[in-house]
Amino acid sequence: MEHAATPEWAMLAYLIAGVLFILSLRGLSSPETSQAGNRYGMIGMGIAVGTTLLLHPVGLPFIIGAIIIGGGIGYYIAQNIKMTAMPELVAGFHSLVGMAAVLVGCAAYLNPAAFNILDAVTNEIHSASRIEMGLGVAIGAITFSGSIIAFLKLSGRMSGNPIMLPGRHIINLGILAGILGLIGYFVTDQSAWVFWTITALSFAIGFLLIIPIGGADMPVVISMLNSYSGWAAAAMGFTLGNTAMIITGALVGSSGAILSYIMCKAMNRSFISVIAGGFGDAGGPAVAGAAIAKAYKAGSAEDAAFIMKNAESVIIVPGYGMAVSQAQHALREMGDLLKAEGVSVKYAIHPVAGRMPGHMNVLLAEANVSYDEVFELEDINSDFSQCDVAFVIGANDVTNPLAKTDKTSPIYGMPVLDVEKAKTVLFVKRSMGGVGYAGVDNPVFYMDNTMMLLADAKKMVETIVKNLGH
Amino acid sequence: MEFLSIFSIFVMACFVGYYVVWSVTPALHTPLMAVTNAISSVIIVGALIASSAAAGGSDVSKWLGLLAVVLASVNIFGGFAVTRRMLAMYKKKDKKPAAAK
Repeated sequence: MEHAATPEWAMLAYLIAGVLFILSLRGLSSPETSQAGNRYGMIGMGIAVGTTLLLHPVGLPFIIGAIIIGGGIGYYIAQNIKMTAMPELVAGFHSLVGMAAVLVGCAAYLNPAAFNILDAVTNEIHSASRIEMGLGVAIGAITFSGSIIAFLKLSGRMSGNPIMLPGRHIINLGILAGILGLIGYFVTDQSAWVFWTITALSFAIGFLLIIPIGGADMPVVISMLNSYSGWAAAAMGFTLGNTAMIITGALVGSSGAILSYIMCKAMNRSFISVIAGGFGDAGGPAVAGAAIAKAYKAGSAEDAAFIMKNAESVIIVPGYGMAVSQAQHALREMGDLLKAEGVSVKYAIHPVAGRMPGHMNVLLAEANVSYDEVFELEDINSDFSQCDVAFVIGANDVTNPLAKTDKTSPIYGMPVLDVEKAKTVLFVKRSMGGVGYAGVDNPVFYMDNTMMLLADAKKMVETIVKNLGH
Repeated sequence: MEFLSIFSIFVMACFVGYYVVWSVTPALHTPLMAVTNAISSVIIVGALIASSAAAGGSDVSKWLGLLAVVLASVNIFGGFAVTRRMLAMYKKKDKKPAAAK
């Protein structure tokens, strides 16, 4: 293809940017190297932007103005966002990447000459570029509207419950087939209606795909959208023949795909069933869980403080509830007081605790919990049988032993934390009413060695801290 | 560039991505999402090309490009800054309180 010669130095510069992006992800293999990794990413982006501006030095004042406006807004948000709001922030950012991809696609369609994708003979857009453009716009639009819904659900502006449309599978498959068919047709006919219909249908399908997905499945959704934003960038990279964009797209695309895979595995759900939606619907399973009042033991903060003070080891299991009530700082204080009493304190994190991959780790890091006290499921699960107290706060489904034994349970087969093996289980929960997102009752509540601490997570932990403190 | 050579880069980069991402520690999965989000805004390159198109092209295309520059910039600055903020919080046990390193 005659991509009118990008000079060699510029091709090299884009390649270097791509390599720096690889290094930036590589840095995240450990917390020590992560800051350096982030800097590589910034340098790579600087090189990519700088190179492009040197190649196209037209209208600079407007462009720099646009960068300053956008950059200022982004920086302001980044500095002021609460750590508990990280999932919706990431979803919001994904939507921007998606929209940017759509806009670039539209701009390329309207002014193909500027993108060097015009065939000199026919004066039409190259057919290969049309496929790339179509795919890029479609993926970008799906990323945008899907992320907007994810953002609204995560930030509580829209109910986290799945919204089920009748016949939605048929509608969705029909629209998807329509989009693919139109992208194929676009090769033979570059009329405006084809392009705009692809765009409109893609916006619609993104919206329709995400509304039936419930809150507990958000970690998968947000990883999936992360992946899409990468593929959108890659498709545009093909259009422009730009290595930096292609390498980045491939990196981000695989990253999101791997995270989705990890999240699905941690819930023992197939990707298809997550996308099909409806998990955590108030229907079926909740009936089984609508418990006949069973006997449980309730305790007070004073009891809890006494038990933990006299324990040798405590494992804390945080979940989404901890994030909601912002209990992480009080929790760290509780951990410090216990350590001062000579108790060993560890944290156990289930991969899907929270609303996005690694959510709990960030919150604990924010509260100054040292990362070498925080353990992943497979590294700590065998420790529960030897520990004195499992302190579960705001987690439910991820501790449910039915996942190991009850084949009829909707969470059967999901890897869970074996809290029931601890000598004592202290379970902080708002009330006995709610039964987690899967709508399943948890037998741990009714065990003889379990004490339910029924209160708001933060208030409960603060009271325990007071009782430990005297 | 030839389609096939650019496609080769793409395939290789997918494999690199696969291995690099599996080596990311699960504790850093949230920063991973934030930073991938920032770097995927490299799509700004396309936006810059659209907004710097010489006169005579479509004006709409130019404005769409500029709008895309704004959106991508929100992401770039926001993504890297928030990643940095998060990563700064990951600390190892160190009894000396907040000894700024």
